[in-house]
Amino acid sequence: MSLSASRRAALEEAILPPLVALAIVLVVGDVLILATGEAPSDVWAALVSGTWGNWYGIGQVLYKATTLACAGLAVAVSLRAGLFNIGAEGQLAAGGFGAAIVGLALPAGTPGIIAIALCTLAAIVGGGAVGAVPGVLRARFGAHEVIVTIMVNFIVLALLNYIVAAKLHVPETLHTPSMNAGTVPRLADAIPAFHGSAANWTILLVGAAIAAVAWYLFRTRAGFELRAVGLQPEAAEYGGVKVPRVWLRALVLSGAIAGLGGVNFVMGYKGYYEDGFAGGAGFLGIAVALVGRNHPLGVVVAALFFATLSQGGLAINAMVPRQVVEVLQGIVILAVAASVPEVRRLVRQAVSARGVAASSAAAAPSAPAGGSRG
Amino acid sequence: MMILLFLAQTIRIAIPYLLAASGGALAERAGIVSLSLEGFMLGGAFGAVIGAHYSESAWIGVVSGVAAGLFLASIHAVCTLRFKADQVVTGVAINLFTVGITRFLLQLAFDSSSNSPRVAGFGDENVGGALALASNPLVWVGLAAMPVLAFVIYRTTFGLRVRAVGEHPMAAASLGVPVDRVRWAAVLGSGALAALGGAYLSLDQHQFTDSMTAGRGFIALAAVIFGRWDPKRAGIACLLFAAAETLQIRLQAAQLIPSQFVAMIPYVLTIVAVAGVVGRSRPPAALGRAAE
Repeated sequence: MSLSASRRAALEEAILPPLVALAIVLVVGDVLILATGEAPSDVWAALVSGTWGNWYGIGQVLYKATTLACAGLAVAVSLRAGLFNIGAEGQLAAGGFGAAIVGLALPAGTPGIIAIALCTLAAIVGGGAVGAVPGVLRARFGAHEVIVTIMVNFIVLALLNYIVAAKLHVPETLHTPSMNAGTVPRLADAIPAFHGSAANWTILLVGAAIAAVAWYLFRTRAGFELRAVGLQPEAAEYGGVKVPRVWLRALVLSGAIAGLGGVNFVMGYKGYYEDGFAGGAGFLGIAVALVGRNHPLGVVVAALFFATLSQGGLAINAMVPRQVVEVLQGIVILAVAASVPEVRRLVRQAVSARGVAASSAAAAPSAPAGGSRG
Repeated sequence: MMILLFLAQTIRIAIPYLLAASGGALAERAGIVSLSLEGFMLGGAFGAVIGAHYSESAWIGVVSGVAAGLFLASIHAVCTLRFKADQVVTGVAINLFTVGITRFLLQLAFDSSSNSPRVAGFGDENVGGALALASNPLVWVGLAAMPVLAFVIYRTTFGLRVRAVGEHPMAAASLGVPVDRVRWAAVLGSGALAALGGAYLSLDQHQFTDSMTAGRGFIALAAVIFGRWDPKRAGIACLLFAAAETLQIRLQAAQLIPSQFVAMIPYVLTIVAVAGVVGRSRPPAALGRAAE
């Protein structure tokens, strides 16, 4: 019974903040829409029908959610270890760049399965290498990972911009030449209904990776250590966990997951690396992790939600400026961030009130019986 | 003459850094992580153009720019201080929110997705170079910001309180310092100062362009960290970063160093500083932690 009560409290803690955020978003959204002179109900309806109302919209949402899920899971893994990786943007770009470079280097006739495996590996290595920088600096020198990941973000993006702009671009563009091998077909090739959308089979790669990370976090010793360090580093240290090593491992893993996100655009959509393709998805990953409560399953749901918002912006652009959704995304993050501690406080208060009520109710008829707490 | 031009250009580039970094130093010394400087600046730049556009006065522009900064800073303060939201998350959210809302309002007010119409600015436009610089009052505010902040932080009661709530809020509270009120003041101050930096940018260019702050808030944050959270050192860091940029612009024709590498300098120096390779850069002890 006490287990189900704590489960219920945990569920309330997870579900309530997004609901509060949703309510606030609807109100702010209404105000912004009214400011443009449109009817809010029409715009909301267009947003829903333009995303989940047709196969093209669904395909686009799935495509965007694939990248966001990687970025979100990357942030979530770091937070599980008590670290805040806000460098997913640069790691995502580095991963995409790695995949594109390997795809360029491979000969055109490389068998698909080998080329895809190598390019995916390159994405993981690219992101992981960028994640290793804050990891090493944290583990070795105690440098704060928030500061280092911000700074590394700018360095990586500038470096990639230099390489592409000065060495490796197709004239008149800021993207690399197309890969010779390693591209992944679109969903539309097998399911014609998705025609025109960017959704592609890298979604399976990413889905498998999310499942693997969930397994790692909750079913392996290393994952347990990672979470233990996140909850209470001193206690973990006392329990024999080498904390700096776990920090390094967590940040490398986090970077690798973010890097994997790059395969979606590079291998599945365009077939080349383009400067700035991450387009803020790395930063939205923070929102995805926050709303998804750092849980792989929650991250997937949150990624779908944020993907719906950004695709929805395009669907309503004829009626109101699509930037409305950027404002709303910011509001969601603020509202969830602000309501998480408040909800936690209220839920715990309610739980202890329930606990007191339950124990006094149980104790009242048989007053002499001691040990109401079990 | 070359040196004078170099100096003038360095100062011109450094002013927004100095203003935003002084805001960042103030908030961080009070224990509030300043990831939102970029958003405050962008809000200030946009607010200034809106004010200047409708009043045709640069001064009104400055006032409305600062008001925009204060508005954003109060959202930050409500979330992190009243509701104890995570400061890093809030900072990132403020930045995303500001990019969105400025684009939305740009579209609404001027029917453009890229820039505003031309607005009033400071100084006589017929004189160039150092004279134009000297005739811009925001330049003087920017140059004064760090010395004034140093005085406030080290020599006034308010400054003592700021340092106390940044290092040990519990101890400060037990001595009767109103922790949340001091932090509110610091966050609002940082919003106003960073917004002034943004207002300088947009009024200097006589228009607002989409995302025109282009990471300057983060360079200001880098300067604060590289300057070890000390106003004077942070001010010197701002000038150093600006001088590097000026050098790069001057040498652009020679193609000696790619501009991207010069752009990396502040970030690389900051990483070196926090890694403690040459003297550890230590943040205020309670930075990022909500007071109970």
